[in-house]
Amino acid sequence: MRAPRPKVAIAAVAVAALAVAGCAESNRDDKSSGSKKDTLVFGVAGDPKVLDPSFASDGESLRVARQVFETLVRPEEGGTKVTPGLAESWTPDAAGTTWTFKLRSGVKFHDGTDFNAEAVCVNFNRWYNAKGLMQSPDVTAYWQDVMGGFAKNEDAELPPSLFKSCTAKDATTVDLSFTRVSSKIPAALMLPSFSIHSPKALQEFDASNVAGTAEDIKYPAYATEHPTGTGPFKFKSWDVANKTLTLERNEDYSGAKAKLKTLIFKTISDENARKQALRSGDIQGYDLVGPADVEPLKSEGFNMLTRPAFNVLYLAINQKGNPKLADIRVRQAIAYALNRQQLVTSKLPPGAKVADNFMPDTVEGWNGDVTKYTYDPAKAKALLAEAGASNLTLKFHYPTEVTRPYMPNPKDIFELLSADLKAVGITVEAIPLKWSPDYLNATTSGSKHDIHFLGWTGDYGDAYNFIGTFFDRPKDEWGFNNKALFEQFKDADTTADIAARTEKYKALNKSVMEFLPGVPISHSPPAIVFGKDVTGVKASPLTDERYATAEFK
Amino acid sequence: MFRFIVRRLLQLIPTLFGLSLLLFIWLRRLPGGPETAILGERGTPEMRAAIRRNMGLDEPILVQYGRFVRRMIKLDLGTSTSTKRAVTTEFIERFPGTVELTITAMIIAIGVGIPLGYLAARRRGRFLDHASVGGSLIGICIPVFFLGYVLKAIFSENLHWFPSSGRQDPTLGATRVTNFFVLDGLMTREWDAAVDALWHLVLPSIALASIPLAIIVRITRASVLEVLNEDFVRTAEAKGLTEQTVRRRHVLRNAMLPVATSIGLLAGGLLSGAVLTETVFAFSGIGAFVAEAIGQRDYPVLMGFILIIAVVYVLVNLLVDLSYSFIDPRVRVR
Repeated sequence: MRAPRPKVAIAAVAVAALAVAGCAESNRDDKSSGSKKDTLVFGVAGDPKVLDPSFASDGESLRVARQVFETLVRPEEGGTKVTPGLAESWTPDAAGTTWTFKLRSGVKFHDGTDFNAEAVCVNFNRWYNAKGLMQSPDVTAYWQDVMGGFAKNEDAELPPSLFKSCTAKDATTVDLSFTRVSSKIPAALMLPSFSIHSPKALQEFDASNVAGTAEDIKYPAYATEHPTGTGPFKFKSWDVANKTLTLERNEDYSGAKAKLKTLIFKTISDENARKQALRSGDIQGYDLVGPADVEPLKSEGFNMLTRPAFNVLYLAINQKGNPKLADIRVRQAIAYALNRQQLVTSKLPPGAKVADNFMPDTVEGWNGDVTKYTYDPAKAKALLAEAGASNLTLKFHYPTEVTRPYMPNPKDIFELLSADLKAVGITVEAIPLKWSPDYLNATTSGSKHDIHFLGWTGDYGDAYNFIGTFFDRPKDEWGFNNKALFEQFKDADTTADIAARTEKYKALNKSVMEFLPGVPISHSPPAIVFGKDVTGVKASPLTDERYATAEFK
Repeated sequence: MFRFIVRRLLQLIPTLFGLSLLLFIWLRRLPGGPETAILGERGTPEMRAAIRRNMGLDEPILVQYGRFVRRMIKLDLGTSTSTKRAVTTEFIERFPGTVELTITAMIIAIGVGIPLGYLAARRRGRFLDHASVGGSLIGICIPVFFLGYVLKAIFSENLHWFPSSGRQDPTLGATRVTNFFVLDGLMTREWDAAVDALWHLVLPSIALASIPLAIIVRITRASVLEVLNEDFVRTAEAKGLTEQTVRRRHVLRNAMLPVATSIGLLAGGLLSGAVLTETVFAFSGIGAFVAEAIGQRDYPVLMGFILIIAVVYVLVNLLVDLSYSFIDPRVRVR
């Protein structure tokens, strides 16, 4: 056997290449994609999970949905206030349980069908009448978060539905009725999960057929290939093999048309790799900028946008963990021991603030007049001695391999906080765990954890979405059962009058900071960056950036 | 020969069974499950319990395993818990990227490593020898991800010669046939797409090739040195054969045995290297996908992946064993 000669090998490869050439159909558009100036490639940290926002709760799916779909109401550009979307105006009735929405006319879905009151009802009834696997909390997370249950709950654990019915009064008037007054309405309807889909496409692609068996949930084709909304961009293709999702301009859009012809989201999970891709021109912008990269990229001339902080980082204390933690004096001692200002100054991006409430001050109901726990190690030591807990040992969980908008660098945060605790005589037992699922599992279930930190980014501008999520019922994360506090939450949530409700939330923030289930630490403004020649996008605290206004200068 | 191959393939079946049972039990004993990963910070115990019920994770483990085996027999790997798409589909879309990357890296490692190792051995103690031995030491020691960042910093960020991420420029809108992008470009005659895909392969495959290249250089060098001192080489030279004939028919063929063995072993190591390379270069492949699946406790994806790797591993080693008989007539399989 002779070793093959290189020439022979090259010839063989050439023959093989010629043999396969042209044996498949090219389905490329004929027009050259030469002009890059109307195509924006934007780097994102993860693949979207699903294209039907009814089933989505992850940021990347919602980012795509926000360009393709529209909701009845939407946040003001760059803010959290409720402003008109597909509805021009909305008014509650005297009881506060039925809301009448006046709809925009002349709006068409991407498949050419008309948007009207009937279409709105088709959508709400689709969610309300969800069956089988569509009732799983991982499939309809936001519906369950806002509305509770469904027309027919198949799981005894599910609460009754807040949503009652939808009535189309005429083409542009629709009534949404609810079983009780709730502070979530109308703000929650801004969530992309309440996007209005084309009824024709829903039917054509079997959108509600979440099929499969117990362990094999399978989404219908609608959710992976045919999302059809009214937004400024239309879905074109999702190329998993290249980690890219392509949207194109909706030429029949009823409002101001998108300035970009093509918008491509490209998944680059590694933060450094995103930065390098921006510098090398592969992408013209990316999200989740590392705090350390903000200033350097800015000075290189990239357009750095800072979102108003709409999140909170907190130190959670589990009262079922170490028995000493059920003593309010010990919790107060922990609060006084933490030098939060130093953490914000040294470890968080520019613009971050120390948190005095478990919610940011941009949300109605925030209260500046609560008990504040300014750094005071001497007081902390005294309180510990008073509670007979001078030799306290605490298991301190912290997460690894993760960055969140509210905690860019968990390890640094852990080191500062544990140094503060050690300084007042608390022995800290460090327990690092991988964020998903180990850390989340250890800190939010069971009762073996003592202290840990976690946080939350708001979904919409509503106090309940922050403090209600944490404290409106007993949770393993905190391990307390304070019935008076739970009642206070229920009362605030069912108050129809907005002014009165805001006052009740202020009172709640005061109660929470007195009871001190944990210590709110900080609010961090996340950054999003665009290329040197890309303008027109406004940063949104709700991550509701509108790429339709992006353009190349 | 034929019987040998059949026997080796039949050995796969009990291997896969044992492996899948051990893996199945081990995965489910890990703390946390897909429900925690899916819900993130939003999860409440009730929601998590509901998802476990829905996924059938609350049933006895052997019942779950029975269901898994029944599906396996139909070659159905189930649905990914994190992406809700069929595991088979996910693999079909992502394997080609990894295969393209590892084959390119292997071509670089073999194509450069063997000649370099041979030359280093022939010029023992001279500059080229020291340079390649020293260089290979660096190649083995430098972490792949660090090398990846350095390559990108030089060739993408500063020189703009090569793209820094992905498998293809998404603005080309290339047609997909097999998901082997280079091949797809050739098949559809979208030459620019094929060239662009090759261009995207350059930096990641160099980063991935660094370790196997270094190992192949060192093994080739050592093995050639050993053969050069053999009597038959001296005899061949004394017979007056040209240097080329001696080199090809006597030295290289004899020196290739240990190298062929190491290539088989390196193929396994390439996969772990691929995880890092794919992450650093945002290269859509199976490596980074499976690394993520571990964090997501995506049982079906992990099970499917390990089983496929077991099959590939057995096949690669079978090929290596078969290649012996071509290289060395003494190792004849009967």
